[in-house]
Amino acid sequence: MKIGVLVQEGPYNHEASDSAYKFIEAAMAKGHTIQGVFFYDDGVYNVASKMEPPQDDRHIAKRWSELGAKGVDLIVCVAAAKRRGINPDLIMPNSRISGLGQLSEMCTEADRLITFGD
Amino acid sequence: MAKIMFLNRKAPHGSIYAWEGLEVVLIFGAFDNELAAVYMDDAVFSLKKGQDTSELGIKGFIQTLPVLEDYGCETILVEKESLDARGMTADDIAIPVQIVDAEAIANLMAEQDVILPF
Amino acid sequence: MLHIVSRSPFSDDSLKSCVRIAKKDDPILLTEDAVTGVMPGSAVASLLQDAMKSHAVYALSADLKARGVDRMLDGIKVVDYAGFVELVEQHKPMTWL
Repeated sequence: MKIGVLVQEGPYNHEASDSAYKFIEAAMAKGHTIQGVFFYDDGVYNVASKMEPPQDDRHIAKRWSELGAKGVDLIVCVAAAKRRGINPDLIMPNSRISGLGQLSEMCTEADRLITFGD
Repeated sequence: MAKIMFLNRKAPHGSIYAWEGLEVVLIFGAFDNELAAVYMDDAVFSLKKGQDTSELGIKGFIQTLPVLEDYGCETILVEKESLDARGMTADDIAIPVQIVDAEAIANLMAEQDVILPF
Repeated sequence: MLHIVSRSPFSDDSLKSCVRIAKKDDPILLTEDAVTGVMPGSAVASLLQDAMKSHAVYALSADLKARGVDRMLDGIKVVDYAGFVELVEQHKPMTWL
């Protein structure tokens, strides 16, 4: 199955980002294709490249970027990013900034669209 | 083409979800999707007549709501029970909507390919 | 349709709204703070018990474990993330935020 994922909350402040990641891991383990992960609202901070959490905590941006390296399309909403001071120089490798049209496409093409937020 | 429902449950202005949710509707209107919006719980305040955010310095969106239909969102449902619970009636609503019960919302929901919560 | 509820039923009405709207036989999955609602004798026990008359109600094991929720109302089914994915395979998901 092709699954699209929408993440509406930022990292650490809320569990939504962790839940989305765990869900994606489990879906991929079952052989599903992740059509893309779309970061919206404060979700755009998930791939902020200047993130430096304490060493004994999970590194959320790095974790997403590693998922991106496995071929998962990580899309940061341009409008939400601009509003929050995130630009292409400030996001992790293997993620990209694009428009809400990408989310629309995901809604059309994926078999399932699942939202994680608050 | 996908049938997409925007399920709005949050009050406006206290957080950005209602506004960024509306931005999604406006963009999605440019794509070939069948759109519907539901306003229930605190989101009924997003449709309240007489909103004036000028003193807050927050961009209001009551002036944007009437264009929803022009952007392809022809079905706008408001849950009656949510209005009742907040001491509101049809006279409080600023734009043309259908005021319906929970069952009507459930029926429309069941027809959707994707439901996006804001 | 799979209804996913993640907010605590003690501070938010998303579970109540979900139960009001969800069609008979649609499953409900509790995740994140919403799993706190499953303890017997709580203020939301009757809401969940009523919900279980018309819906299968699941709770996500990782979130139960993280919160030390070690007892549950009869009838609540526990799933792990693999079970979560299976529910999404079977039903279109809808998250109550």
